Amino acid sequence: MRIILILFFISFLSYSQNCNETLTGSVVDFHDGSPLSGAVLIVAGIEKFAQTDLDGNFSIENLCEGTYTLQVSHPECDTKAIQFSIPYNGTLSIRLEHHLEELDQVTVKGSAAIDYVATQLENRIEKDEIDNLSYASLGDALKTLSGVSSLNTGSTVVKPVIQGLHSSRVLIMNNGVRMQDQEWGVEHAPNVDLNTAGSISVIKGASALQYGGDAVGGIVLVEPQRIIRKDSLFGNTVLTGSTNGRGGTLTTSITKTKESGWYGTLQGTLKRFGDFETPDYVLSNTGMFEKAASFRFGLNKFTYGFEGYYSFFNSETGILRASHLGNAQDLFSALNSDTPLVINDFTYSIENPKQEVSHHLAKAKFFKRISNFGKLEMQYDFQFNNRLEFDIRRGGRGDKAAVDLELTTHTFSTDLSYDANSKFKANGGLLFRYQNNFANPETGVRRLIPDYDKYDLGIYALGKYVLNDQWTLEGGFRYDYNHLDANKFYRKSLWESRGYDIDFPEIIVEDFGTQLLTNPTFDFHNFSGTLGFSYAISEDYELLSNYSLATRAPNPSELFSEGLHHSAARIEIGDLRFNQEVAHKVSIALSKTTGKFRFTVNPFLNSINDFLLIEPSGVEQTIRGNFQVWEYKQTDAYLLGFDLDAKINLTEQFDYSTKFSFVKGYDREENKPLISIPPANLSNVVQYKNERLNNLKLGLESNYVFRQNEFPDTNFEVFLPISETTEIFDLSTPPDAYHLINLNADADFKVFGETDLSLGLTVNNLLNTSYRDYLNRLRFFADDLGRNIVLRLKINY
Amino acid sequence: MKNLKFLALFFTATLFLTSCSSDDDNEPINEEEVITTVNVALTGGSTPITLTFRQLDESAAPTIIVSGDFDPNTTYTGSITVLNELENPADNITLEIEEEDDEHQFFYQVGAGLNISNLTYLDFDGNGNPLGLRFSFDTGEASSGNFTITLRHEPNKDASGVSDGQIANAGGETDIEVTFPLVIQ
Repeated sequence: MRIILILFFISFLSYSQNCNETLTGSVVDFHDGSPLSGAVLIVAGIEKFAQTDLDGNFSIENLCEGTYTLQVSHPECDTKAIQFSIPYNGTLSIRLEHHLEELDQVTVKGSAAIDYVATQLENRIEKDEIDNLSYASLGDALKTLSGVSSLNTGSTVVKPVIQGLHSSRVLIMNNGVRMQDQEWGVEHAPNVDLNTAGSISVIKGASALQYGGDAVGGIVLVEPQRIIRKDSLFGNTVLTGSTNGRGGTLTTSITKTKESGWYGTLQGTLKRFGDFETPDYVLSNTGMFEKAASFRFGLNKFTYGFEGYYSFFNSETGILRASHLGNAQDLFSALNSDTPLVINDFTYSIENPKQEVSHHLAKAKFFKRISNFGKLEMQYDFQFNNRLEFDIRRGGRGDKAAVDLELTTHTFSTDLSYDANSKFKANGGLLFRYQNNFANPETGVRRLIPDYDKYDLGIYALGKYVLNDQWTLEGGFRYDYNHLDANKFYRKSLWESRGYDIDFPEIIVEDFGTQLLTNPTFDFHNFSGTLGFSYAISEDYELLSNYSLATRAPNPSELFSEGLHHSAARIEIGDLRFNQEVAHKVSIALSKTTGKFRFTVNPFLNSINDFLLIEPSGVEQTIRGNFQVWEYKQTDAYLLGFDLDAKINLTEQFDYSTKFSFVKGYDREENKPLISIPPANLSNVVQYKNERLNNLKLGLESNYVFRQNEFPDTNFEVFLPISETTEIFDLSTPPDAYHLINLNADADFKVFGETDLSLGLTVNNLLNTSYRDYLNRLRFFADDLGRNIVLRLKINY
Repeated sequence: MKNLKFLALFFTATLFLTSCSSDDDNEPINEEEVITTVNVALTGGSTPITLTFRQLDESAAPTIIVSGDFDPNTTYTGSITVLNELENPADNITLEIEEEDDEHQFFYQVGAGLNISNLTYLDFDGNGNPLGLRFSFDTGEASSGNFTITLRHEPNKDASGVSDGQIANAGGETDIEVTFPLVIQ
């Protein structure tokens, strides 16, 4: 046996003396097979090397027989090692991962952003700015972008408004998962910790159809930090302290990456504030306590990979005590008082009324790159949202939630993309979603949102064609099917007064005396689409134009509401007969992207058929007194406006930027303005920057919010028995315009090794101006926040 | 393969987490705090009088009953009972109000034209502030007008005039606000 082995070895040695072999081959791009010139090939151990020619071909001569390792490198690619044996039959074809910047999760910090859509404007907030805003909410951060405003309930419940639209019309994608966090309610803020984001993008329209077809307002994309494939361990901690609210934020994250592609990130945030203050008084019971953590891990090989992600978000938010009302009389007293009717000393404790929301999000994603084709992605995600609302209640029930809703969502989605052709790219996919809402009956309060099961099916296809250097065309369509099956209790009187007894007698399941159990089911077929082009006018100017069709099925709140909304002291009534709203949006964006002076102007027109809105319809007498009744209705509406961004580099160190947003909303059927449309907003910033002086940045911002002069008359008259008078309730007149000055200062310091320390100071509302904002639902009761000085400390390591 | 195993494990784990969803509960919720009925028993005149305000369904019109006319120039003593009649047997909310007497106060408003005066609280909380489940008033000459009873939750009983029955500075939330058309003859 041994002899045979030795013989074999000898023969092998003698055989390997043949050193006249030649290896020929080519190096091509993995994606589209295009040749890569200038790639360097080194045969390890024998100091032989070669370079590819213009056609990507190479040849290495005078190789002895045997097995070798070949190292292939290219300036724009990751280095690759390949084993081969001589003699080699045929030519060796080597595929390299080219154009790094276009690939998922391998982008180098600071490089060009990925375009989610090519023909609709996308605004972006980068990591540095997110760190600067770590004490704020997602809505506050988005507000820094032109065309984005916010709908507030106080200062801690902040919902993004994109070009005049919000709630169910704004889709929020959190690390590739569509947030299902009861976004229908105007006082339900997104359950996303801003600090989990590596970047945040806003697409002001429905054109990114892979995420959904119902983004009548737009899409917010919260993306995690990109992972680079190298051996590294890094982290970041941000600590802030604010004078207003006398609290702060601590957020920290640590990431480990391996060259093999493995990575993991652990992140956590704590946010704690006491009562916030206006220039003149304490906003009693407006404190908040937020806890969030996330864990992400995965493998990011070039040809395949996966990611697991889990995040937890919990926030306890006090609602201004003075906004809790019993009836119209209480509302009248509150409206006619210049200051809130309850002002207590500052405290950190959060009493009723308050909200406590928990959100769990878990996802598993898998991807596989397909040579000469593109990429296949599959994802399963799970979300559990529990919303508790605590009210001021009698008989010691204050500890028991008045609203307790559990929303559970499972989604399976898949996306297949084609990118093998440099001119034509396409993707398509499928989505299945199951959602269950459970309203806990232990509350002792009638269910605000009924128990339901919902099934969604979505299918889409998108394509992008680069015609030439100047023109790119983009188009896509999407179909969504929604099936909703609810168990809803109706009070008999309402059942009859809405005419449901005539239209829907067949859905009654059981008669409980004063209440009826019904089983409403809905099937919605939604079509959406997009068509657009981008045109490079010259080296400096670019024009984007896009048409998008969005279809949104009515949400549970619009279908099923029927009851008292405490914080608004009004009765809200939905309707089972609603159909989908259909929006046609045309937007154009003209940009000058280079030079000392840069700008973008983005006019848009959004025409919405069967637009769902809520407006006052009458007054109802109850044992608690009189209440105004607000009913949802459908109308045809349009929104039009424009956003403007401009920046001038005055000198090397100074630059000046300005943002202006204007939107107008109209009810076409009744010929009157829409309610709650953000007023025009102008922001001017002068910034000084000196990279040699510890990267010092000083910024001064002037933010002028105009008065909204176009609003519907929603005033109403109610008879007040105590004074025996009929009073007019002015709920429509918007507050006056206001002007805020904000200050910002940042500097970086090298501490030791790779640790960077950055110190920042922000002063919001520097002049301590008293103001009220039209889109703050608590503007009827109290002023907005006074001066806030925030000290920020950031450590990168 | 190892990765796939890991992925499978992750899936299984999440499924476990989610499969224990709550049972659907198809029982109607009768609001615990709802007040459906306010009864006021008034004695002192030739016949006892009962005022009733009943609303079992908030979106339906309430039933308001005044059992008779008041005698002129008479002192009446009133006693308020508050019920939730959606419960069976009816939940006596008067007891909850008595228990939390420092957080509640009734107010009475005499409308234009009605000759009622000298409204007096007959019961008080632990701090000696009025509660108002029991009260008295004097009728004057023959007249008619509205009589409104308000119950405030968490009023500021120390505010000026509140302990004398003036509602203006009371604040708090309204739990009950009912109006009865009274006749004195």
